[in-house]
Amino acid sequence: MSKMLDSIPTLPVADTVENVMDWLTGSFSPLFDFVQNGGKTAMEFITGMLVAIPPVVFILMIALIAFFATKRKFGLAIFSIVGLFYIYNQGLWDELMNTITLVIFASIIAIIIGIPIGILMSKSSVAEAIIKPILDFMQTMPGFVYLIPAVAFFGIGVVPGVFASVIFALPPTVRFTNLGIRQVPKELVEAADSYGSTGWQKLLKVELPLARSTIMAGINQTVLLSLSMVVIASMIGAPGLGREVLSALQRAQVGNGFVAGLSLVVFAIIIDRLTQSLNKKKS
Amino acid sequence: MEKIKVQHVTKIFGKHITNALKLVEEKKSKTEILEKTGATIGVYDANFTVNEGEIFVIMGLSGSGKSTLVRLLNNLIETTSGSIYIDGEDISKMNKQQLRKIRREKMSMVFQNFGLFPQRTVLANTEYGLEVRGIPKEERRLKAEKALDNAGLLPYKDQYPSQLSGGMQQRVGLARALANDPDILLMDEAFSALDPLIRKEMQDELLDLQQKVKKTIIFITHDLNEALRIGDRIALMKDGKIIQIGTGEEILTNPANDYVKTFLEDVDRSKVLTVENAMIRPITVNIELDGPKVALQRMREEEVSVLLAIDKKRAFKGYITADDALEAAKRGEKSVVSFLKTDMPTVPKDMLIQDVLGLISESPTPIAVVNENKLVGVLIRGVVIQSLASETEGVTKDE
Ligand SMILES: Nc1ncnc2c1ncn2[C@@H]1O[C@H](COP(=O)(O)OP(=O)(O)OP(=O)(O)O)[C@@H](O)[C@H]1O
Ligand SMILES: [Mg+2]
Repeated sequence: MSKMLDSIPTLPVADTVENVMDWLTGSFSPLFDFVQNGGKTAMEFITGMLVAIPPVVFILMIALIAFFATKRKFGLAIFSIVGLFYIYNQGLWDELMNTITLVIFASIIAIIIGIPIGILMSKSSVAEAIIKPILDFMQTMPGFVYLIPAVAFFGIGVVPGVFASVIFALPPTVRFTNLGIRQVPKELVEAADSYGSTGWQKLLKVELPLARSTIMAGINQTVLLSLSMVVIASMIGAPGLGREVLSALQRAQVGNGFVAGLSLVVFAIIIDRLTQSLNKKKS
Repeated sequence: MEKIKVQHVTKIFGKHITNALKLVEEKKSKTEILEKTGATIGVYDANFTVNEGEIFVIMGLSGSGKSTLVRLLNNLIETTSGSIYIDGEDISKMNKQQLRKIRREKMSMVFQNFGLFPQRTVLANTEYGLEVRGIPKEERRLKAEKALDNAGLLPYKDQYPSQLSGGMQQRVGLARALANDPDILLMDEAFSALDPLIRKEMQDELLDLQQKVKKTIIFITHDLNEALRIGDRIALMKDGKIIQIGTGEEILTNPANDYVKTFLEDVDRSKVLTVENAMIRPITVNIELDGPKVALQRMREEEVSVLLAIDKKRAFKGYITADDALEAAKRGEKSVVSFLKTDMPTVPKDMLIQDVLGLISESPTPIAVVNENKLVGVLIRGVVIQSLASETEGVTKDE
């Protein structure tokens, strides 16, 4: 039996993939270079700006936003002040700013790509049937697998980090956009149609506003996923808090690892609560 | 003048349409067709015309295809075959743009659950039709405010639908439709979600409106009373087919009995007539005071042959018949108790009529209606049937 299995030579899967990637990187290298350089400049610019803000001002700003976003409750605001001060105090401020930049870029790109795909899915059952398994596949894949194509296309640094994060963080926004639009009550869709709305009018005036809070829930998840991926992306040279965790890990420095890890948790809690309360605000 | 003309319109949901069509022609039932082909008959071979300024009511059991039929009229659902003419133009042959124009300018729809957009204010909801037509902001605002004013809702224009009562929400739904100034109103069970009092009010308003602006209205309901009250003509549907079209009078006098029963099965249980609506005043004899002679005297006076027996507290005790009373009187008895009969069924006054129909048709005697043991009325077969047909005229109400 095993002879029969052995009689078939190893299928050249790895080679094939490699060839495809070579071809891709070869033929599109100007594009990849452009994205790599442009992205890097843009992100360094944003990080530079963030770092230039005096930490006190920054902390108070976040606290103020938290205060108003949570309907004038003090909880999150106080947590933000204490938490951000802790990060500053531990000398991880610049790393935090790097992480913020990465998360912002990755999330925004994921949202810009994800919402239209979600809309497409909600409008076409064929598109849904094709995209859904792809999303399932993407979500079962361990995050660091995305680092491989990222490195192949862009080398190492922030840009491949963002690239991998975008892919990793994309599914929730797509799914929730699709779900939100499909959940709009049938009678309201009929109302929109019966008054002679065009497809765009229906989408913009009825469906998206009604799907808003569902889409926001997806965006919240996307932001958190992109944060977790940004940490993993430190393996390919993305800067930020993740890199601190990674280096502590490599050197078995439990104390440093704990400090950086706790900083990440603090930051994650702040952005989670912030995006969630933005969602609740109107409804 | 003919406003809407529906010719041989059929709508079948699902696949295997030709198979399903063949089976319908073989007079197979809807469920049988569904089992065999997986296709559902929505509407089959509908034919009718609606004249300008008419209120045309479509009624039938749940699932009989009313909603489907009305949605075929504005092409929210596409016909499988047949033609629908609006002002002489066949909408099943129109392209998207022409259809939108018809929907925007000629017909507006009012929905059972109001179909208001929750994130828009009352005013913004009312403006919706004008907005998608691209009417300038100022103008559409004026028109919408006027429509709201007519509905008496102008003060609420900045509220959200969820802040209004059901009746008010449906007035907004109607105002939104009228703001467009359409020729045709499509109303799918527009008043079914409202409580009876508000519902009657809305029916009146619709009739007033009809007097004033002469819209052509397609009104769907499964409530016979509502249909009779507002419909110029009524079409009855069953399993996707229109089985009768006529004025209320024609429909009632023609095959009345069977149909009345069918409607009853259909009617939303919570909103149907109760026993109280159909009962009449009982002619009574008091077993603690009255003797056979008084009873006979009262029977002559009221021209009845049966009296319902009660005690001083109006508790129901049974009934006596004229024959028995006559004999007892001859024997010189002083009390009616000796020939009191107790085999008359009783029902509580708030029971639904549809639930006592079986009892009514089986019981040889009338049925006593009680409320906490006190006699409050009596159900008589003929009167019940009549009241189902004409409750709105108030003929049978007798306190
Ligand atoms: N989109 C659809 N797909 C498949 N079948 C449908 C669809 N819409 C309606 N039907 C079927 O068509 C038939 C008629 O439905 P319709 O909604 O027109 O009934 P109705 O008379 O309005 O009933 P109700 O009083 O309950 O509103 C039903 O058997 C229903 O299951
Ligand atoms: Mg219906």
